[in-house]
Amino acid sequence: MPFSLLKHGLFGRQVPRRIIPPAAPLKSTYDVVIIGAGAHGLAAAYYLAKDHGVTDVAVLDKGYLGGGNTGRNTAIIRANYLTPEGVRFYAEALELWRGLSNEFGFNILYSERGHLTLAHSDSAMRTMRWRAEVNKHLGVNSEVVFPDEIERMAPGIDISPNTRYPILGALHHPPGATARHDAVAWGYAAGACERGVELHMNTEVLDVLQSNGRVTGVETNRGRIRCRQALQAVAGSSSVVAAMAGFRLPIHTVPLQACVSLPLKPFLDPIIVSGSLHTYIWQTSRGELVIGGATDPYGLYASRSSLEFKEGLMANTLELFPFLSEVTVLRQWAGICDMTPDFSPVMGETPLENYYIDSGWGTWGFKATPVCGRRMAETLATGRVPEILRPFRLSRFAEFEQVGEKGAASVGH
Amino acid sequence: MSGGASRLPAPWGAYIDRDRTVRFSFEGREIEGFAGDTIASALAANGIRLLSRSFKYHRPRGSTSMSGDDGGGLVQVGDEPNVLADVREVEPGMTVVGQNYIGSLESDQASILERFKPFLPVGFYYKAFFRPRGIWNYWEKLIRQTAGLGRVDPDTPRRYYDKTYEFCDVAVIGAGPAGLAAAAEAAESGADVLLVEREPDLGGSLAFQRFDPDAFGAERTLCRLRERVAGQSNLRVMTNAVCTGWFADNWLSIISGNRLHKLRARSVVACTGVLEQPPLFRANDLPGIMFGGAAQRLIRSYGVKPGRRAVVFTSSGDGYGVALDLDDSGVDVAAIVDPGSASSGDSLTLAARDRGIRVIQGCAVAEAVPRPDKLNVAAVLVGPVSGSDFIADDRERIDCDLLCVSTATAPAASLLCQAGARLQLSESSGSFEVTSIPPNAFAAGSVNGFFDLDAVIEDGQRAGMSAAHTGDETAPAAVERERGQTRRYWFGTEHPDGLDFVDFDEDVTAHDVCDAIAEGFEDIELLKRYTAMGMGPSQGRQSALGAARLVARVTGRPLSEVGATTSRPPAFPEKFGHLAGRAFKPVRRTALHHRHVELGAQIMTSGLWLRPAYYGPEHARAQLINEEVRAVRTGVGVIDVSTLGGFEIRGPDAAEFLNRMYTLSYHRLRVGRVRYAMVLDDAGVVVDDGVAARLARNHFYVTASTTGAEEMYPALLWRQAQWRLDVDISDVTSSTCAFNLAGPRSRAVLEKLASDIDFSRAAFPYMAVRVGRLGGIPVRVLRIGFVGELGYEIHVPSAQAEALWDTLMEAGDEFGIRPFAVEAQRVLRLEKGHVIVGQDTDGLTNPLEADMGWALGRRKRYYVGKRSIEIAAAKGIARRLVGYRLVGSVGTVPEEGCLVIRRGEIVGRLTSSAWSPTLGRTIGLAYVAPDQAAAGHVFDIKAQDGRMVRAEVAALPFYDPGNTRQGL
Repeated sequence: MPFSLLKHGLFGRQVPRRIIPPAAPLKSTYDVVIIGAGAHGLAAAYYLAKDHGVTDVAVLDKGYLGGGNTGRNTAIIRANYLTPEGVRFYAEALELWRGLSNEFGFNILYSERGHLTLAHSDSAMRTMRWRAEVNKHLGVNSEVVFPDEIERMAPGIDISPNTRYPILGALHHPPGATARHDAVAWGYAAGACERGVELHMNTEVLDVLQSNGRVTGVETNRGRIRCRQALQAVAGSSSVVAAMAGFRLPIHTVPLQACVSLPLKPFLDPIIVSGSLHTYIWQTSRGELVIGGATDPYGLYASRSSLEFKEGLMANTLELFPFLSEVTVLRQWAGICDMTPDFSPVMGETPLENYYIDSGWGTWGFKATPVCGRRMAETLATGRVPEILRPFRLSRFAEFEQVGEKGAASVGH
Repeated sequence: MSGGASRLPAPWGAYIDRDRTVRFSFEGREIEGFAGDTIASALAANGIRLLSRSFKYHRPRGSTSMSGDDGGGLVQVGDEPNVLADVREVEPGMTVVGQNYIGSLESDQASILERFKPFLPVGFYYKAFFRPRGIWNYWEKLIRQTAGLGRVDPDTPRRYYDKTYEFCDVAVIGAGPAGLAAAAEAAESGADVLLVEREPDLGGSLAFQRFDPDAFGAERTLCRLRERVAGQSNLRVMTNAVCTGWFADNWLSIISGNRLHKLRARSVVACTGVLEQPPLFRANDLPGIMFGGAAQRLIRSYGVKPGRRAVVFTSSGDGYGVALDLDDSGVDVAAIVDPGSASSGDSLTLAARDRGIRVIQGCAVAEAVPRPDKLNVAAVLVGPVSGSDFIADDRERIDCDLLCVSTATAPAASLLCQAGARLQLSESSGSFEVTSIPPNAFAAGSVNGFFDLDAVIEDGQRAGMSAAHTGDETAPAAVERERGQTRRYWFGTEHPDGLDFVDFDEDVTAHDVCDAIAEGFEDIELLKRYTAMGMGPSQGRQSALGAARLVARVTGRPLSEVGATTSRPPAFPEKFGHLAGRAFKPVRRTALHHRHVELGAQIMTSGLWLRPAYYGPEHARAQLINEEVRAVRTGVGVIDVSTLGGFEIRGPDAAEFLNRMYTLSYHRLRVGRVRYAMVLDDAGVVVDDGVAARLARNHFYVTASTTGAEEMYPALLWRQAQWRLDVDISDVTSSTCAFNLAGPRSRAVLEKLASDIDFSRAAFPYMAVRVGRLGGIPVRVLRIGFVGELGYEIHVPSAQAEALWDTLMEAGDEFGIRPFAVEAQRVLRLEKGHVIVGQDTDGLTNPLEADMGWALGRRKRYYVGKRSIEIAAAKGIARRLVGYRLVGSVGTVPEEGCLVIRRGEIVGRLTSSAWSPTLGRTIGLAYVAPDQAAAGHVFDIKAQDGRMVRAEVAALPFYDPGNTRQGL
């Protein structure tokens, strides 16, 4: 038994250490204001304080800590992307992920269980080969595998050639992992606060104040807050907040839904993704199946659930795992995705000199949390966008230098 | 008596049929119940309350609600996991076992985990198992072994489920007194009504609860309401039907049997009642402790005597009714424990006192004492209440094997909340209240805060009337009556020694909640996520109230500020099978599919279609493909290309529409001619290609690729919606079949057939189209050449495709005609250097990169993507598609997708690679750096096994560079 639990048991109940500190009084001025207390905003605050000694930071959120897409995503982490820019970026994230629990002193339940992206067509097999080659060349562990091996890793999966979408092979990515998404937000929040960062929940930004092309502060429901620099990290509302700052983003916003089953005894170790069947599925350490699918076919800023989503998702899930027809859905929910034309994020500078953006996270934001937070913090602290973020700049669309990751998106869009 | 030793005589047991005994097994033991029993009721009749083990500490658990509302009654039925034992009806021969134990249910080895409780504080897994780095991977495997409840078996067959659509004016959910009154009232007002009840029969609380001392009032009321409902022809009743979801615009999911009913209702009335809530005391989770309503259900619905000696713990008249029912059914009621200080004048209360049942006023249960085997309650410790929700130390022990609790209720509002209503904690009742009910949604009865039976019925009538007149502005507004005196619920208090469970599903105790709050998780949403409260099988139906009240008490915040977490669908678990239904996966086969099968084709998936890959046995694949290629190059072959998209574009602006949509110019295309048609998106990326044939001045026939067709039609309509040109666009993809007759002998085959088309070289040149008849069948013939030979693409109505195919095969026989398929076509087109959009292009490829600048109408003012192309052209391209051949002795043949590497950097990749039987070598297409694109340039490919392979840029096309073959 781990020492920390032993101590807890032997020395009886103690007043527990406070993980999330109580909110400090809201000041009228901060060096840095971060809009959005999701994992991304909190990570940026954490690395600002830890790596750069910038601690006069306020993280504002209109709701509760990690209550947006941080608490709604399906917690899958991988680096098996398609473009060299994407692979390098997410591979740095993987390296950071592996050390986070120990860095925080708080277990985020990071679990490398392997990730299989199924291919049901010749063209999908070609894309898997392409991804595997790019990954391997850049030192990321991915390889194309075939049905017998897939069945060995995921017993019971239907590899019969007589299904509507037979499984021809898969991209196997052994470092594919999951983590407890809420814990990531709490870990970053705790670490940031420990170093002097302030969190202000239920503090909604209503306007971004500026003069001469520079941000001077934000107007909130709790009054005006002035700042030297600001970062927006509000996945799902990026266009709305950017509009407050006076610029447009090449983003369209759609809901993405997911659901979990009642807990089952463990039978599925890897994360299984099928692009053709618009389904991804993995089993949590609690035993629930987490199942997600394609984004909703309409633009919406609301996180409402729909029946149609579940119907389609389950029809597809049973194509892969016919033996799950008697398993029950416990809960469904939705998040809101800021989709970009090239399926890559938008990070870095904006038309406003001291206003930075962390957006365009579509369906791939959670896995980028540590690298994005660390590199955005570096950007704010040094005023220079690091090389690894350059390909993801907002101006790439005007410059026709997109980073095409559609081929590596986990599900159809 | 059979059916269990604890059976009560009729008329107890409304749901069971004593003439039909049902035998099944539980934990290997044969159990006898009656038809109409649930698993849990049949087991209760046989003295079994222990059903499963809890999630974290493996504590013994049974059903507390007998209605599927708690998570304690989850069992495994055969290969079916997580079945609600208190809902599932028994079936002969069913095999039932408990869940989540090691060894046996009664002596679970894993229950030792409870001893480690001090070591497993709330969120313990966040606090440990990560030092040193990477150790979690080991611990997780261990912890994972204990996770989960039910088991799935990969051999479980996929069962049959289906779906139906329903429509009505007014849907009433719940057929208790409010629901019956609402449905009757709405139907009497002329509305088409659907009444949905999850139980086997109507009545709700009227069917099992006691409303008056002589116990006949409920029955009389139910009879009266039943008659009202039965007399309506415009009122349909569904029983055994569970409404699981209430989505936008009154779209309801209702599960009944193996069918999912999808109901659209103009208005919906939720009469879902209330759910009893567990009070806080030590060991409040022991089997033998159940809600008063659960005991009443056992008695009235299933004819089961729920215990021998009972204590009733109640803070309202309902509990006195429970005591009377217990007394009537022969249970020895040891005491009624009522935390209220003064006796109420309620008729049930008076009746209980009159019977001489001991009432312990001003006291509360502080602790339940387990039997030595820990599998049931043996006694309760009762103490006097001091202050709000606290119990003094002075305890009295009362022995019992049954503790019925009726101390609090909460509205069963998960459906209402899905529809947009909100829950708020009320200071006066200490429970949730439903507020902000959205338009066209109604709540009535106890879910709406009415408890007095007359008031409940009146509220149902009001809601039914309002719902029936939804949208009718002339209807008088219904007035909601006063709720009268609200009840003050008992909540209970933390026990210093713990085991005071707030959430049974997750084994979360009051201490855990207090610790979590002290750790900073005082926001109710964070608290839920940190402790996992409300995330288990019962989704917080029995824990949300306790959690909220505890937060208020610990943080000193007013109840109204604490709030509730978001209620998410489904309201009750739904099987994957129900949601999937019959899972129609449409399969698209061409009209010639059966001919292909007869010819021994290997079938592959291509886009939405099933197509032949090649003809003949799998083991001879490579040889067969080579033969098919050779047939086309030297004789004649025919391929089914029906999967190509086909669009008719007609109207005065047809040419203008094409001009805008496609990159080449179509205004001056002569009637009877064909031109290549490439489509870009706004960013200048190639999205599809085909050909456009001008059949008349105002009529074009345009094709699209197999995989692109599905998206092209909406894309055409979308553009037309913006341009509003005078054109009509129709998708004839599936009504038209096509085959490509290709090879030097193809003309000879056609000329054998009776036709009004002159196939001679002069009369029907390359890139022309002719409309006529071939062997009596109407056709459009396009002389085009994807494979680089003399060829004719013949488009024919699907119904006549098979006849024409047969005719061609017969006519071609003397020329050695051979059907060829996708694989051979890929080789043929590659030899000819033709690009496949989607294979040789990707999501960012512009035509300049794909070496298709020739397909851009440079003098055109506009086409979709033109501006982007101009910018891209000015900027210069970063990669270029070229033909290549492998040089030197080739060990590994690199696959499509392998990378082109220069000085360690990725500069491109292979998009097509194939053995060319015509050229006798491996050829392909690849993206390389623009400065590598000149013919003869040698570049490096990293093969899939990591070896570097040399290739040389080859001029395209590989085959017939003079383009003489297709012009024959």
